[in-house]
Amino acid sequence: MKFRDEFRDPDAARRYAEAIGRAARRPWTLMEVCGGQTHAIVRFGIDQLLPENVSLVHGPGCPVCVTPVEYIDKAIEIAGRQDVVFCSFGDMLRVPGSEGSLLAARAGGADLRIVQSPLDALRIAKEEPGREVVFFAVGFETTAPANALAIHRAKTEGIGNFSALVSHVLVPPAMRAILSAPGNRIQAFLAAGHVCAIMGSEVYEPLARQFRVPIVVTGFEPLDILQGILMCVSQLEAGEARVENQYTRVVRSAGNLSAQDLIREVFQVVPRKWRGIGEIAESGFGLREAYLGFDAERRFGPVGRGAERPGPCISGLVLQGAKKPFECPAFGKACTPEHPLGVTMVSGEGACAAYYRYRNEAAGKSAAE
Amino acid sequence: MCLAVPGRVLAISEGPLLQRTAKVDFAGIRKEVSLACLPEAKPGDYVLVHVGIAISVIDESEARRVFDYLDGLEAEEDAPSQGEPGQA
Repeated sequence: MKFRDEFRDPDAARRYAEAIGRAARRPWTLMEVCGGQTHAIVRFGIDQLLPENVSLVHGPGCPVCVTPVEYIDKAIEIAGRQDVVFCSFGDMLRVPGSEGSLLAARAGGADLRIVQSPLDALRIAKEEPGREVVFFAVGFETTAPANALAIHRAKTEGIGNFSALVSHVLVPPAMRAILSAPGNRIQAFLAAGHVCAIMGSEVYEPLARQFRVPIVVTGFEPLDILQGILMCVSQLEAGEARVENQYTRVVRSAGNLSAQDLIREVFQVVPRKWRGIGEIAESGFGLREAYLGFDAERRFGPVGRGAERPGPCISGLVLQGAKKPFECPAFGKACTPEHPLGVTMVSGEGACAAYYRYRNEAAGKSAAE
Repeated sequence: MCLAVPGRVLAISEGPLLQRTAKVDFAGIRKEVSLACLPEAKPGDYVLVHVGIAISVIDESEARRVFDYLDGLEAEEDAPSQGEPGQA
């Protein structure tokens, strides 16, 4: 596929790894904040190409993983109603709530449909006017314009049986929370390329200045990630802390202005709780007043309070980059993708699932080290 | 979750701004995608598509930068004069 395969060239990857080895004279710790990048890093073994003094830490880059347990509980409750068609992206289905999951709700008779776009949910609402069609609107900034578009069109086209359960999160406030945490060890960030395609790279300038960290907007293919790492290391070695853009073929510095207009029309910035992390100020999107008529919480009652069940799972620490999956006593034993204890094992983009899929054979070895 | 797939715009269906769509070819698979957030896309452009909407036109002239950066860096390192490895 054009614009994909050429960025997986093994020879160029090896040359990049060598260049990083020559550039890195001191130990550096970098974080990526995108599940797609985490997945690519583990799948292609990018971390294993790096010199020992350059470490990658996986951040809270998976919206599925950080959706609070009470939203999963609410989704299960709504999906269980006789009059409801509940529509969701497929990766939310196995996420555990306080009890059960959407998948279990479907097995129990709920009309749950996997959609690839919020516009598919809107189409279902038009086709089945006699039923309430509820879309589970999760995601980072990348997904916000599509979700905003579906809600905006529901309003302008008068599709009254459509509503959205909104749990949208934003990347820069999570990066700020990580940098502000006591004992933070992150010295540079690979910023998520597709989030930046929407919001631009300029929004990271205040973070780079305030915390003196290089932030490099980075794509998703192996060569993109390796170049992003090299750009971070080069800045760190030179004592610089700037926002740079590795992913220039996709990201413009101001982002996608049409998408931002649509987001601003439908959503406003609100505080959000992140599963495994806690509440972060101004870290998500909620519906604006004018669109509250399409809020599933208005229609079916507000999200309650959820509680994580205690157990051996350390997914909260994995999400914050404080622990690697192998450091969890349950990893690969009590906790597998078939029987996940925590969200980072459930989502295909969670760090635990990526390690399980691509590194499980090495688990014993690493754990013994 | 933020996965986006590159595809080539084959044709555009005109309409109100938020309802414009394009037929996009993804290495042989053709799908209708929303152009609500990408009014500037033209037939022949490669666009990046996420959950049914096009979010960015891929700038083909920038696509070689990942290789040029590496070539430039290695050329500088091989050159006898000293200089900071920097932006290629």
